[in-house]
Amino acid sequence: MGGLNYTILDTAKLSTAELYGKTLCDLAEEHPEVVGLTADLAKSTKIGVLGEKYPERLINVGIAEQNLLGAAAGMALNGMVPFVSTFAVFMTMRALDQVHTDICYQNLNVKMIATHGGLSFGQAGTTHHCTEDISIMRSMANCKVIIPADGMETANAVQAAYETPGPVYIRINRGFDQKVYDNTEYGYELGKAVQMHEGTDLTIIACGSAVWSAREAAKVLESVDGVKARVLNMHTIKPIDREAILKAVHDTRRIITVEDHNVIGGLGSAVAEVMAESGKACAFKRLGVPDTFSIIGLHEDLMSHYGYDVNGILASARELMGADFEEDDDWDDEI
Amino acid sequence: MPLQKEEYLRLEQKARDLRKLIINTVVWAGSGHVGGSLSAIDMLTLLYHKYMNIDVANPEWEDRDRFILSKGHIGVGFAPVLADKGFFPMEWLETFNHTHSQLGMHLDKNKVPGLDASSGSLGHGLPLAFGLAMSARLKKQNFRTFCLIGDGESNEGSNWEAAMAIAHYKLTSVIPIIDRNNCMMDGRTEEVMGLEPLDKKWEAFGFRVINVKDGNDLNQLSDALETAMDSEDKPSVIIMQTKKGCGVAHITDDYRYHYAGFDGEKQEQCMREIDEYHDQRIGAEV
Repeated sequence: MGGLNYTILDTAKLSTAELYGKTLCDLAEEHPEVVGLTADLAKSTKIGVLGEKYPERLINVGIAEQNLLGAAAGMALNGMVPFVSTFAVFMTMRALDQVHTDICYQNLNVKMIATHGGLSFGQAGTTHHCTEDISIMRSMANCKVIIPADGMETANAVQAAYETPGPVYIRINRGFDQKVYDNTEYGYELGKAVQMHEGTDLTIIACGSAVWSAREAAKVLESVDGVKARVLNMHTIKPIDREAILKAVHDTRRIITVEDHNVIGGLGSAVAEVMAESGKACAFKRLGVPDTFSIIGLHEDLMSHYGYDVNGILASARELMGADFEEDDDWDDEI
Repeated sequence: MPLQKEEYLRLEQKARDLRKLIINTVVWAGSGHVGGSLSAIDMLTLLYHKYMNIDVANPEWEDRDRFILSKGHIGVGFAPVLADKGFFPMEWLETFNHTHSQLGMHLDKNKVPGLDASSGSLGHGLPLAFGLAMSARLKKQNFRTFCLIGDGESNEGSNWEAAMAIAHYKLTSVIPIIDRNNCMMDGRTEEVMGLEPLDKKWEAFGFRVINVKDGNDLNQLSDALETAMDSEDKPSVIIMQTKKGCGVAHITDDYRYHYAGFDGEKQEQCMREIDEYHDQRIGAEV
């Protein structure tokens, strides 16, 4: 990606959302048609930095999400490129009719950057969690869906969203993420998974905050169990990287998906759809929130509670490695 | 200022022609939202044949005035206006609602030239209009955004979110127009969900309220539009008291004709009633 090259020193001090704000300001400096909209969450979502630099280009509509998303569509109808930020739960549920009808149906150039995704606002409880958005947003025609792994990937995703015409949904977390990337120069491409760890025994496909956990789990599997796990950072849920999934099915025959989302409808479902339609079965396990409204707690504790932290991934990987397969002599010929 | 006689007669004739075209389109479509189309057609006639700054040859001209049909279910009433204006061939109207048609019950911006926004889900228009007006301010454009809102639709909270924001940002370039025909799907508005005092609600939200006693009277509507367009200190809203099904006597002011179809005989009756209605109008005005 051109134009972005943040130093390691910067990122240590910047949360994921702050990196979003910084990237947005850089885009706004270059492109006068970039504007920001928020609904009384300028500070929380970090879109507020745009308003500090260009007060007239950040529009606060008050606590009114339907108007927020509708207004963004109206601005896009007149050739502007609105970046809209509020919490994921409000963006994708409170104002879903506007997201669906005004933005996605009209195929407008609106960038929806939702924060406080998954269980990242753990202590706030279910009213402020969002474990349904991937499922909802990937069923919106015309819309692309990106779940960045950390701040650097968020910078790449926001830049890519600007460069991609039409609606884009990006979901990031509250606060700091475990750092996956030291800089933006690792070959980010919308719609292409990034391989984080090489392996042929099983594949762990993860998105968002689960990418870091998956990579840590792969290191342990290699050093303790002697198991070689491939790790794919599936940052783009839509369009999904079918090629990377089918290659993983063929090469490793065991797949675990990990996401900070309900196991229904998100990354795991997207991967399962590709796998099932290929006709190639493989051992498969979805990790995430087990179709429940979450307990209260710190994000890390919640991921542990629901079995999709490093230890949870390890347990599932070991279980899958112990599973028996029928021999299939034709496997290599079929692909 | 009232309309000059010649202009009035031209516009009244246009409204008559459009009413007939709406009835024909309902017949071609099989059925349609005829009641709310006929209550709004006089305002649509004035907007598209007198007040809006548009260029049919260049429907995407960026400085054109915008019109948002928030009461998106009257596509069957609005498509004839656009076709008659020349945005697309009149023959398209004969395919209304048909499989693979460019025109369906709720119009799609990506399929209909001259349409400024897709609509159909109620309560969406005014937020779009707010966004358009904000973008115009940032881009230093002078266009106006007219937004036609149903009275039943005014139940939707999103209208009031947008009204609050339009007043807050003093966006006088947005002109909401309420089609107060007193009817909605399930009955009279005041029985289903009371709106009154509607003018006081808009006033409380920071608008100058322009009440039009007869919202099917071109002279009264013209006065209201000119007052609204002159408003500089705060935004204006036009509340026009219309009659559902106006111009077709046997369906006028009857909420059961929110959505209807006509056979050949009824179609003829509609045409006769439309002529009688407009003859009477002209007789009273001139």
